[in-house]
Amino acid sequence: MTTTVINKERSGAVVKIDATEMETKTLNTRLRELVAGGDDKIRIINVCGQRYIGTDLNKPVDIEIIGTPGNDLGSFMDGPQITVKGNAQDGCGNTMNSGNIIVHGHAGDVLGLAARGGTIFIRDGVGYRCGIHMKEYGEQKPTLVIGGPAQDFLGEYMAGGTLIVLGLDLKKGEGHKAKYIGTGMHAGIIYLRGTVDKYQLGKEVGAAELTEEDKLTLERYVHEYSDHFGTDAGKILDAQFIKLFPLYLRPYGTLYAP
Amino acid sequence: MKNLTITSNPYNDDKVVDACSIFGMMDTTGRRFSGKDVIRAIGNMHVRGNGLGGGFAVYGLYPDYADLYAFHIMYLSDDAREEAESFLSCNFRIAHKEEIATKPIRAIKNPPHVWRYFMEVNKQSKTQGQLDDDYVVEKVMTINTGLADAFVFSSGKNMGVFKGVGYPEEIGEYFCLEDYKGYLWTSHGRFPTNTPGWWGGAHPFCILDWTVVHNGEISSYGINKRYLEQFGYQCTMQTDTEVVAYAVDLLVRKHGFSIETLARILSAPFWADIDRMPEDQQKLFRTLRQVYGSLLLNGPFTIIIAHEGEMIGLTDRIRLRPLIAATKDSVLYLSSEESAIRLISPELDKVWIPTGGEPVIARLKSPIHSVRKQVAATKR
Repeated sequence: MTTTVINKERSGAVVKIDATEMETKTLNTRLRELVAGGDDKIRIINVCGQRYIGTDLNKPVDIEIIGTPGNDLGSFMDGPQITVKGNAQDGCGNTMNSGNIIVHGHAGDVLGLAARGGTIFIRDGVGYRCGIHMKEYGEQKPTLVIGGPAQDFLGEYMAGGTLIVLGLDLKKGEGHKAKYIGTGMHAGIIYLRGTVDKYQLGKEVGAAELTEEDKLTLERYVHEYSDHFGTDAGKILDAQFIKLFPLYLRPYGTLYAP
Repeated sequence: MKNLTITSNPYNDDKVVDACSIFGMMDTTGRRFSGKDVIRAIGNMHVRGNGLGGGFAVYGLYPDYADLYAFHIMYLSDDAREEAESFLSCNFRIAHKEEIATKPIRAIKNPPHVWRYFMEVNKQSKTQGQLDDDYVVEKVMTINTGLADAFVFSSGKNMGVFKGVGYPEEIGEYFCLEDYKGYLWTSHGRFPTNTPGWWGGAHPFCILDWTVVHNGEISSYGINKRYLEQFGYQCTMQTDTEVVAYAVDLLVRKHGFSIETLARILSAPFWADIDRMPEDQQKLFRTLRQVYGSLLLNGPFTIIIAHEGEMIGLTDRIRLRPLIAATKDSVLYLSSEESAIRLISPELDKVWIPTGGEPVIARLKSPIHSVRKQVAATKR
């Protein structure tokens, strides 16, 4: 494999990296060096499959990605804001601790896997098992906002945080298609815009109407979503939402030790 | 290859796990293109494999010999070739044979000798009423189970498989695949974890012109294998994916099912999902599950199946392995990762993540015989 010399051009305060044919390790090493050296605005172009971009970074820097970042974008990240002009692949936001990821496109499977903080906005839809085993503790609370629909096992084994699925692509009168929503869920909240049948929900999930507090949370995130992607927040909010919550604290508590 | 079974899988435990990269690309107009982009795309997913297997299947490959069976055979010794060729000349009319061109590269170590044969079935040696395809399957099984150190790994018409131990981009270079053209290419980078990688165990797996590349683990391998043995298929490659190739041949070619129904047998809907279907469909799907329960593929998988004129992407019912599909003009792409597609086609008309268990199918727009004429006219 070849390593390409980094094309670094200073244009104002923005550092530019051309990732053409660059290996994952080279790119992430460069990002660590830049952030350690005090650079706080980085633009990476021609990204095509490099993994773990932004991993391990622990300062509130801005990273803009042009292209298709590889799996586990922003994994273990603690503070940066990553904006993707393109689609994200699988495992985006894996175990992230804080920061923001904003994707102007769709994301693949297991978005926000085991995330423990931070916010992820996806303009379009997402794949399977998004929000799987997200968790929260004290002030640390991850939030995922998904513009399109989600596929099956949304919020599987969810242990905290907030999942918002707007389903903006769904046609009028069309319900969500995801099945096994919230299977094994034991903490956290899922808000769905639109309708869902009971059979689509995991056995550990209850459905309820939104409280005033829920509505405030939703409004905040929908407005933020609209700020990022230029949609009409009022229009999005003017729809039916339901809240899904865990029925049990320990759904499998007696599975192996009755 | 009987010895290999002993040396490379001493426990003979039928267990294989892999996590791989797969990529497929088909121009539905039948336009043939070189392997260059396919090699780049699968190479972009380098980290998904570990260098213990790479391979390609190419369709529309041999227009000059489009109506003859093209065998690709790997030999571990010169004796093996002598023995196999004497078997072939008794059972086929060999129109042409040659060693497959390779380019020595450092990454490829101890390669077997790989030969290709264009052949017609010897009508006299067929049993009465036997179809040519059945005859060919029988002979492939005879060589693969009976002759030491000789392996038929490609046996269809106007198509071919190239594979071996190495990263797929290395295998592509080794077999000079930039110099070949086809309208449909599939490829694979392997990450075997439970059995050693060896040349025959690389993907694609092939019988007649069916090929399969696979990412995942087929936990039902034992059940599938024993079921297929009843129909004369012998699993000899020590890798779970092999059963898919034979299952597809049995279900589509011999039992006459459509690709859509094939997908519903391999990746059958859950009983709970069947219960919610309209009544006539319930009856159909219950019957399929009952009759072909032994061909249900259990465990996590994404596969790309190909044969003349069609490419099919399919995942297990709950999509435990990734698959992304995209189109650009008349080309359909299937891949483990979107970036591999974007590398060779940055602007796409449509990109989507298929639902688990629902096949994504690309078909040639015009019937295959007219394409054959067309590719014969343009040649290689």
